[in-house]
Amino acid sequence: MAAPPDDTLAALLGESSVLAPAGRSAAAIAELSWWLFGGATLIWLVVIGLSIYAAYFGPRAHDEAKVRLLVVGGGAVIPTLVLAGVLAWGLWLMPQVKPPLPQGAVEIEVEGLQWWWRARYRAETGETAVPVANELALPVGRPAVLRLTSPDVIHSFWVPALAGKMDMIPGRETVIVLEPTRTGVFRGACAEYCGASHALMSFAVLVMEPAAWEAWLARQAAPAEPPASAAAQRGMAVFTEYGCGACHAIRGTEADGDVGPDLTHVGSRRTLAAGALPNTPDDYVRWISDVHEVKPDANMPPFGMLPEGDLAALALYLDGLT
Amino acid sequence: MEDRMEDRSDAARREEIPDELQARRETIFMIPAAPAIWAAHFLASYITAAIWCAKVAGRTGALDGARWLVAGYTGVALLAIAIVGIWGFRHHSYGDATVPHDFDTPADRHRFLGFSTLLLAALSFVAVLFVGMVVVFTETCR
Repeated sequence: MAAPPDDTLAALLGESSVLAPAGRSAAAIAELSWWLFGGATLIWLVVIGLSIYAAYFGPRAHDEAKVRLLVVGGGAVIPTLVLAGVLAWGLWLMPQVKPPLPQGAVEIEVEGLQWWWRARYRAETGETAVPVANELALPVGRPAVLRLTSPDVIHSFWVPALAGKMDMIPGRETVIVLEPTRTGVFRGACAEYCGASHALMSFAVLVMEPAAWEAWLARQAAPAEPPASAAAQRGMAVFTEYGCGACHAIRGTEADGDVGPDLTHVGSRRTLAAGALPNTPDDYVRWISDVHEVKPDANMPPFGMLPEGDLAALALYLDGLT
Repeated sequence: MEDRMEDRSDAARREEIPDELQARRETIFMIPAAPAIWAAHFLASYITAAIWCAKVAGRTGALDGARWLVAGYTGVALLAIAIVGIWGFRHHSYGDATVPHDFDTPADRHRFLGFSTLLLAALSFVAVLFVGMVVVFTETCR
């Protein structure tokens, strides 16, 4: 099977530019970046201008007092003042990028694993937490507090358009606050090398209007609907028969594994295998039958030995779990 | 060419050497004094903040007490570095040995020690200010 063109996946995972911010702290960082870029350009022009002047227009002896002023002023005093200014701006920015935890925020626990993302939306009204995987949704204009951990190695949580990076460290909880300012789909990635498939560990963040987000969360909280078609029912039987439920949970069925991603609504996600493949029945077949061709060293064993019909039925079943 | 270098060298060696410098024992330890104060200030600030956040305020607590302590360290460090810098400036101002002060004469040695001390004190002064700036803007242990 041909690999999907990269731009298909890129489109599914969404925007990922720090220069087109969609979050409060990303906007602050982008503004600082533009000032740094502008300031660096100005300094570059002055230095190059002086070099050209010295080489072509004024290659003669200059007044020593003025030269000393230029060397000490331009070489020591101005750089010190510029660095002090930039440092002050950076230090002033830090509490905004890492604000005190806001009240009334969406609370999400996120675990980075080799090589996927497990998340749990903390219940707001005493209901149980909502588990999701490899895709997050956030309401626009409302802060979200993400508590980050890792059970294996160090990962780093980064949604470039929304905020800076935050490491996910085994044995420790770190916190990042995302505050999306416009709707859209934004790509998240692991920003700390974490093993063979580090580069295949992405996720999409769907930023929605609050009402749409409430509906999304309610949908994710609901158990899976029983398969409608006969083929999908056969797929469900295959899922049970081959023991997929030992690692994967599909709420509403007897599958309650906790090793791999929750698959209750896997068909609703934009991508498969943490941003490694688009989400079509063909991609399920490709992933399940040859896991390591798609994602080297992943924990899931390949099930290439399944009869083709079973594989197709399984793919149909999973794709229907919306 | 070599002859001329020799001439220049000899001329410099014959520069007027104040009698007082002939007998003086110079110390090299004023050169690293200011950077050492900078290092001590950094370490003290870092350890204070670390202990404060681990034992007193908690990981998300306020930094207040530690900020005042670091402000105090900064004042003391800046004063000490200023004194070292003034010492260096006085040494450098004495005598008329020419730059870059690299001859093995008492006059050159004297001005060299003073100038190095002065420049490193200036660097350390700015560095301590930069370290101290952190507590101006940082209010919590987060």
